[in-house]
Amino acid sequence: MQWKKSLVAAVSLVVTASLLTACSGGGSKETAANAPAANEFVIGGNFELSGGQATFGKAAVNGAKMVFDKVNAEGGINGKKIKFVALDNKSEATESTNVATKLINSEKAVAILGCTTSGDTLGMVQLAMDKKVPVLSTSATNPKVTVDENSKKTNDFIFRACFIDPFQGTVMANFTLNNLKLKTAAVLTDNQAPYSKGLAQFFKESLVKGGGEIVADEGYVTGDQDFKATLTKIRGKNPDVIYVPGYYEEVGKIVKQARELGMNMPIMGGDGWDSPKLTEIATAAALNNTFFSNHYSSEDTDPLVVDFVKKYKELYGEVPDSMAVLGYDGALIMVDALKRAGEPNPVKIKEALVSTKDLQTVTGKISYDEQHNPIKAAAIIEMKDGKQTFKDKVAPK
Amino acid sequence: MEVFIQQLINGLSLGSIYALIALGYTMVYGIIRLINFAHGDVYMVGAYVGFFATTQGWGFLPSLIISMVVCAILGVVIERLAYKPLRSAPKIAVLITAIGVSFFLENGGVLAVGAKIRTFPNVFQEVQYHFFNGTVVITNRQIVIMVVTVLLMLLLQYIVHYTKTGKAMRAVSHDTQAAMLMGINVDNTISATFAIGSSLAAAAGVLVGIYYNAINPYMGIMPGLKAFVAAVVGGIGVIPGAFVGGLSLGVIEALVSGYGQSLYRDAVAFALLIIILIVKPSGLFGSNVREKV
Repeated sequence: MQWKKSLVAAVSLVVTASLLTACSGGGSKETAANAPAANEFVIGGNFELSGGQATFGKAAVNGAKMVFDKVNAEGGINGKKIKFVALDNKSEATESTNVATKLINSEKAVAILGCTTSGDTLGMVQLAMDKKVPVLSTSATNPKVTVDENSKKTNDFIFRACFIDPFQGTVMANFTLNNLKLKTAAVLTDNQAPYSKGLAQFFKESLVKGGGEIVADEGYVTGDQDFKATLTKIRGKNPDVIYVPGYYEEVGKIVKQARELGMNMPIMGGDGWDSPKLTEIATAAALNNTFFSNHYSSEDTDPLVVDFVKKYKELYGEVPDSMAVLGYDGALIMVDALKRAGEPNPVKIKEALVSTKDLQTVTGKISYDEQHNPIKAAAIIEMKDGKQTFKDKVAPK
Repeated sequence: MEVFIQQLINGLSLGSIYALIALGYTMVYGIIRLINFAHGDVYMVGAYVGFFATTQGWGFLPSLIISMVVCAILGVVIERLAYKPLRSAPKIAVLITAIGVSFFLENGGVLAVGAKIRTFPNVFQEVQYHFFNGTVVITNRQIVIMVVTVLLMLLLQYIVHYTKTGKAMRAVSHDTQAAMLMGINVDNTISATFAIGSSLAAAAGVLVGIYYNAINPYMGIMPGLKAFVAAVVGGIGVIPGAFVGGLSLGVIEALVSGYGQSLYRDAVAFALLIIILIVKPSGLFGSNVREKV
């Protein structure tokens, strides 16, 4: 029996050794591979093409493709074409890491566009930082995507095309005080969603700073469906407005049940409201006198927006949502950086991204601040008879 | 005072839903001592059948009845395929199977109808009734939920106490072996129990769809757990217990949200389960006798 055991040991040793060599072999290949192909720019796309957020990813890819196709049709950048490789991260953060690995190692991407959600984007932040490949998320609104939570330092290879959560909260507080001229607010937060908590926190801070008052601060969790007890409590406090920075499913039920309880004050929220489902759940009548901040409004009469909406409709047969417009803008920012970098070199592209200044995109004229967040305006949408209407544009400060 | 009345109304309409689901839990437990964790998902299926019926332009009552019939059949099928082969197996095997059936229905639901939310068509126009200068509001939908629940509860009591099937159910619950020796068809009786319990869950599903206006394949999980708590609080296996347990749980949740912290609501519900299990495991309405329906 003894010889059998040693045989097994010997075989496993050989196998392990060969595996190790294979790995180190792959490693050395990697460093060599980072010298990119010179005749084209390979831009990776890490998007939610299936799974829970599939509609987000597909819309963003649609938007991005419009830009890249146009640039290629016009002869590319310095004669080099852009090759856009969009892979599916299945709406999962772990899969997002795999996709990023594949894009960098096998596809030799010099920059990555995506993902649409903060969670999925966070899945590739560490990898991109290690490999020194710039990532430009189209719609990750959580602050910690571009700023390391512990060291408070900016993740120097990570950028985004959208504004961040705190900004939306501040915008709606200013809107309450300055546009609606109202003072007291109740806040109803989805305590399971960091997104909702972020918006609520900055709404409260900004409202109080501006002379307003928070009269009720309540919470719920994703998946709840009965809000009447909490709303009855809020009704007792008689606030001028209610701020509900949640996602459309719960928000729809909250708005409907609030109106059923005879609460007719304005109800407000953030971009999580943006879905046709909102009207179906809440009903059109209940949604009158509600407002939310969003990245853009398809009803905006700015010629740039009008032009984009028209082209998108022609190509894909539907009105572009925020995800589509941010995919488009993300690609615009990327192309602008590629032009200034001049060559497919990840570090040079990153340097170019940092110095993005006054670039005209559909969602506004943007420049990056030190934390790689674009400084631009938010659109305020008012719901009228179940339709989104463009109410106002609120610029930062 | 007005606020309290409003909270009571809020709680009773929520509690009615729990009560309807809890009735099915309690009946199945009473008959074969199985905590049927798939019951909350039958409620979800009921909501979807109701959704498809109403989108076909059917009215409220036809949709409700269709949904109850379809889920009654589903309940029987689940029992025959998943639980019956395990009737002599250890209890834990059946319990695990129930959890498996639950996952099967949830994920099968995602596969069949997609994970996205569906919204019910407006089956009946909403009417609000105001009292005390508008501080207390009740809608016709809330009234329908409560009335339907009470009617179904009464119907169930009638079935259990005055029909042959009901007598057979009580006999099987009392002593399966003896009932069999007396010539009662135990298999059919158990099927009947599943059919009735599942149809009640389906009714709850349709009512929820109309009341909250949004359904998804995972909607059964939380109400299913809450209904389980309600059944235990009322005394699992006791039909009036499940009814009272459901209503009280709804009212307690409303009061916790209204006067305490909205986020403690679920915590209080499950704390209640633990307290009941420690203090009076047989539940409020349960006696310490083992056999009950």
